[in-house]
Amino acid sequence: MLALQILIDGFAISSLYALGAIGFTLIFGVSGVLNLSHGAIMVVAAVIAWWVGGFGSGPYLGALAGVAASLACAFFTYRVIVRPIQNSRAIPREEKEIFVLTATLLWGIMLQEAIAYFFTNNPKTVRPLVEGVVMILGVRTPLNEILTAVLSWLVIGLLYLLVNRTRTGKSLLAASMNPRGLTLLGFELSSIYVLVWAIYGVLAGIAGVLLGAFLGVSSDNAGVLTASAFSIVVLGGLGSVSGSLIAAYVVGYLETMTAYLVNPSIRTVPVLLLLVAVVYVRPQGLLGRR
Amino acid sequence: MRISPGTIVLGVLGLALAPPAALAAEPIKIGVIAETSAISGVGIPNAAKMAAEEINAAGGVNGRMIEIVDYDDHNSAVDAVRAFQRAAQQDKVSAVIASYISEVVLALEPWAGRLKMPMITPGAASNEITRRVHDDYDHLKYVFHGYLASTQIADVVCEAGKTLMVGDLHAKTAVVMSEDAAWTIPLDEEYLKCLPASGIKVLDHIRLSPDTTDFTPIFNKIEGEKPDVIVTGISHVGVQPTVQWQQQQVPIPMYGVSSQATNSTFWKDTNGATDGVIFNMFSAPDVAVTPKTIPFAKAYQAKYGNLPGYAAYTSYDDVYMWADAIRKAGSTDPDKIVEAMEKTEYVGTIGHIEFLPKDNTFAHGMRIGPGYITGLMVQWQKGNPVTVWPANVASGKMTFPEFIKLPQ
Repeated sequence: MLALQILIDGFAISSLYALGAIGFTLIFGVSGVLNLSHGAIMVVAAVIAWWVGGFGSGPYLGALAGVAASLACAFFTYRVIVRPIQNSRAIPREEKEIFVLTATLLWGIMLQEAIAYFFTNNPKTVRPLVEGVVMILGVRTPLNEILTAVLSWLVIGLLYLLVNRTRTGKSLLAASMNPRGLTLLGFELSSIYVLVWAIYGVLAGIAGVLLGAFLGVSSDNAGVLTASAFSIVVLGGLGSVSGSLIAAYVVGYLETMTAYLVNPSIRTVPVLLLLVAVVYVRPQGLLGRR
Repeated sequence: MRISPGTIVLGVLGLALAPPAALAAEPIKIGVIAETSAISGVGIPNAAKMAAEEINAAGGVNGRMIEIVDYDDHNSAVDAVRAFQRAAQQDKVSAVIASYISEVVLALEPWAGRLKMPMITPGAASNEITRRVHDDYDHLKYVFHGYLASTQIADVVCEAGKTLMVGDLHAKTAVVMSEDAAWTIPLDEEYLKCLPASGIKVLDHIRLSPDTTDFTPIFNKIEGEKPDVIVTGISHVGVQPTVQWQQQQVPIPMYGVSSQATNSTFWKDTNGATDGVIFNMFSAPDVAVTPKTIPFAKAYQAKYGNLPGYAAYTSYDDVYMWADAIRKAGSTDPDKIVEAMEKTEYVGTIGHIEFLPKDNTFAHGMRIGPGYITGLMVQWQKGNPVTVWPANVASGKMTFPEFIKLPQ
């Protein structure tokens, strides 16, 4: 019974983690950017979904607005924060990564403070797309939890098809392997970057809205969400999408097991210990290439 | 035009020697330190400003106007201490109203003593605040506790529990679920004593980390223990456990302290998941605890668009009490203000306020009991907070959502 409960609960949270981390790793893989405003963008999506949904427009329109807000944020992050640094002649090449890191971190804090200012830092919960519970072999499971897992996997599946089966998607893959080679073949790198940020915006938006409906979010969560995506991505191997997927499940289940079997107050501790161990033993992560 | 050095000297002399005509009308400043990005937090300066406007419209204090100087402490003790020092040393305030977070108030307390700055908290609950005043009165007499101590709050919850839980619901067992924080240590200690005394056996005592986001394992554990009621001590985490309780349809009523549930926005913040949650308050917008309660709640809503949270009522009363104390003291001398404040007999929005004497364990805390401050139990019902206890002021009966299975 308890095992089944852990299995179901862990699956839902892990799927959500996977969805949240996958955009983060994609951006890094393709354009080499570690976007530390990731958590704040997810929070923006959730809070906007909550806000728009609160006008009586229903959960679907709210969710759509949340994803649109996240997409807008992602574009803004790329155009106004990241690209000027990448194109700058004043910043030495080898320091650009640090500049991008700092800039996205600060931008994330700005977003977080703006949400706290306009919507307060009280946690918000997005109205779930479906209400009610079902019994799965005696475990009372909210329908929304099942929907969260299904939607996460649907989106991940679509992403897989996009990357592996379409020409545009394949160019993304190529950019992550050899950006220079791609430019020599006549591809415009900047348009690939715009595409990857657009995909990122949608992924982070969906993850944010689902998280808001599943557990609820507050502007205070922005840092933790970034850190969790970061840990998953490091564990899986920076830039490796399949590594991140596996790592998301490792993290999700490890946390859930700790919460159920040991103590909910220390649910993140074993993951952090594991992360330290990984950095020691296998710094490139589970499936890292770099 | 050429200005001669003589003119400048004369001008400077003139400025320096000018009679301090403005001084007589100089405002009395009251510092307000709170976390303004939280709904309950921003209620503190909002309500204080309302009180100041009312006092000023009625002629001020000893011919001087009250001016509220507000500081955002971002819920951080470090920022709050900095704000407190600034208030005392640069802005020259005469008294301070500070924070609803026990950890922050406990950090400010020694500074109130060092800087001899009268201070009151409108919402922190730790017993430690008044215990320190009792133990080191000479240094810390500047600190007043404008909210109830956790032990007193637990006593109100237990007292009401005799009628609501034991009497009406026939509850026999409970699990205590509290967040890990300074204010819940004495709260839980008292729960574990007073619940059995009220006829409720405590099956388990769960302290959860304030940064918990997934409460499924906790509710799962509680449900396995089959209690009749979950007795809560939650503040910072309030929204998430409430929403997950409803989403997972945990069939056990939640009853006790849930600070965020006192905000009128809580219904919207939880998308109505709070339906059926019973929480403790000292004044509610639907109950005339005193003749001042409802007019204040209405005026606050008209001005700020939402109903006041718990710390707004007390912050409003605190400004009036400081003003009275300064009026009686006839000056802004801190020792005289403290002396006058100790003699407070004020009917505020939360009841008849008197401060306990220095030899009481809750020195400078408020007196509770009939005729003073009694407390209420309020339940969220279909979008509205409805007072369900005590019977003489109750505006409705308890009802629960369908997924709750009441003890037989």
